[in-house]
Amino acid sequence: MDKRPTVGLFVTCLVDTQRPNIGFAAVQLLEQAGCEVVVPTQQTCCGQPAWNSGDDASSRVLAQQTITAFEGFDYVVLPSGSCAGTLVKHYPEMFADDPTWLAKAGDLAGRTHELLSFLCDVLQVELSPVVFNETATYHDSCSGLRELGIKEQPRHLLANTTTLTLDEMEDTDTCCGFGGTFCVKYPDISERMVDDKLSLASQTGARVLLGGDLGCLMNLAGRASRLGLPLRVFHTAEVLAGMADGAGIAGKESK
Amino acid sequence: MSVQVTSHTFKQNAAEALKDAPLQDALGNLKVGFIKKRLNAIELVPEWQRIRDEAREMKNHVLENLDHYLLRYEHSVQANGGHVHWAETSANAGEIIVDICKKANAKTVAKGKSMVGEEAEVNRRLEEVGIAPIETDLGEYIIQLAEEPPSHIIAPAVHKTKEQVSELFHKHHQQYGLTEKITNRVDLVTEARTVLREKFRNADVGITGANFLVAETGQHVLVTNEGNGDLSSNLPRVHIVIVGIEKVVPTLEDASLLLRLLARSATGQHFSNYTSLMGGPKRDGDKDGPEEFHVVLVDNKRTELFDSELREMLRCFRCGACINHCPVYGAVGGHAYGWVYPGPMGSVITPAMVGLEKTRDLPHACTLNGRCAEVCPMSIPLPSLLRKHRRTTFEKQLQSMRSRTALALWSQVARRPKLYRNLSDLAVRTLSWLGRRQGHVRRLPLVSAWTKSRNLPTSGNNRTFISEYTAQKNRSESS
Repeated sequence: MDKRPTVGLFVTCLVDTQRPNIGFAAVQLLEQAGCEVVVPTQQTCCGQPAWNSGDDASSRVLAQQTITAFEGFDYVVLPSGSCAGTLVKHYPEMFADDPTWLAKAGDLAGRTHELLSFLCDVLQVELSPVVFNETATYHDSCSGLRELGIKEQPRHLLANTTTLTLDEMEDTDTCCGFGGTFCVKYPDISERMVDDKLSLASQTGARVLLGGDLGCLMNLAGRASRLGLPLRVFHTAEVLAGMADGAGIAGKESK
Repeated sequence: MSVQVTSHTFKQNAAEALKDAPLQDALGNLKVGFIKKRLNAIELVPEWQRIRDEAREMKNHVLENLDHYLLRYEHSVQANGGHVHWAETSANAGEIIVDICKKANAKTVAKGKSMVGEEAEVNRRLEEVGIAPIETDLGEYIIQLAEEPPSHIIAPAVHKTKEQVSELFHKHHQQYGLTEKITNRVDLVTEARTVLREKFRNADVGITGANFLVAETGQHVLVTNEGNGDLSSNLPRVHIVIVGIEKVVPTLEDASLLLRLLARSATGQHFSNYTSLMGGPKRDGDKDGPEEFHVVLVDNKRTELFDSELREMLRCFRCGACINHCPVYGAVGGHAYGWVYPGPMGSVITPAMVGLEKTRDLPHACTLNGRCAEVCPMSIPLPSLLRKHRRTTFEKQLQSMRSRTALALWSQVARRPKLYRNLSDLAVRTLSWLGRRQGHVRRLPLVSAWTKSRNLPTSGNNRTFISEYTAQKNRSESS
């Protein structure tokens, strides 16, 4: 019998601090799929904010830290397309002139997957059924979509695992205005973009908004909550793991 | 650079644009007008990706051999009886054009739309010597009346509403006998056409841009939807083409390869209404055409771009697809960017042409969502080029002290996992306590840019995921 694959879970800094429930959902799903999950405590942030700010030196230090923390696992999995994209696409760019680290970055990139596409494409797992009798709409986060090709995987998993009805909004693949530091550097423009997105989401019959990247979801949920919109926001992993029974992101515990 | 650059006040420009109701109305049309039409058009071309790949390779080859093809083009133009002028800077280009117009004793000049002409500020330079430039592209004509710069490279007046155009014509066309306000779109076009037709007839010089220069034949390809480029080229005595040096292609076949991509990407048309091949003055036996033909080849930092890590930007053939699909452009419009080129392509080109010091916001005012690169027919990796500008702003310390300090502090903490864990736990405990009733915080001093318009979600846990998970693991292992 094959031994269980080992998965290093890179929980991402936002999930770690803002929404641990997503981390627990990821562990549950990966274990359900037969993986042995380890959460290395040397992980901090993948370095994307530094990379996108043009601070290459800091990006490389954080990338080396991450590469070292995740040595030896069969797979490295992240509940975020944007952070996974950093490991897969940008770490190799960071070490273009450094053959030793380029090789290590390439090795990590080959083992790294975003959670939902890992479950769907790599493990091709059938998850335990989940009752979630809601109508939901889906926001495709840009990095996952365009850097890693994540589009059908979450929809496939939701359709095969849960009882939810998906009511797609128009322009589901348009940016929500988060953009990492963009949303605090250009808050006015970001606000317009998130309002446009929420208005499209509200035009559907959905009362639940799902996605695969906490940055975007915090932006959407934070704005929806400020506007008092009746929209509960969850990471797809929370729904798939049957852990979306509590409050949505930025929501009150007793809903 | 004498062009008035307002990119340094991007944030303020953007804030004003967001409050400009007619502008916001006009921007709402982008989605239907460009995005959906493009999608419909390329769906009918199954080999789209193959054409894109071929075009990228062809253009890369041209750029590698740019000197060869430009000299070949020059030779062909001269063989056709035309004159070629080389302009190192945009100012040189402007001076060359003014000289030609003066020698032709020009009173009025009919102008086709040209973004390189905007770089060189041709209109201002002509006006300064008493020559009247008349924009003949409808959009350009509208903004010339409004005394505004273009806000989009293929739809210069996209920021104007029908009502604003009606108002402008009412104000400026009374001299041609217009008495009542025109409210209907078709009638507005007819009105402009009637007034412009007379101006074409009287112009001494025509100035146009060119979409492609064909090295083997010395011809250029000019694409328009209004036919104004053809009239500007053929009716006046003298025709001047102003064009960037990167627009050269080896053969007519190469030009047609790019034509398959251009209109579909730009306006969602399979082909523009007018695609004309021109070059050289009127020959014996020709029924029309100019007596003199000049081409002004403009460098204006393009060779610097070639030598930089932004070289791929020179593949750009100005279709505007990246602009049409940019959500930031869609929110603030083109004027906020503060120079000739807006949107993603502008945020790469403008810093390179007018200096990053004056344009430091442009590469940062982007969410790196990647949609621009996805739709770019020439496969230009716009987000990574913007990131290269960001690296320069970081190295030259052009970002605000506040954001640099925040980044430095954060990165020092993130390099120390133990410190990072402790501080994260502290932050989570504090935030959870603050948000204990609502599940979010409405106001928080250090992140006021976030809480200005959004609530900050709090986790409801007292610890980070990693602390909580590790504690659970230890408990289950010791029991």
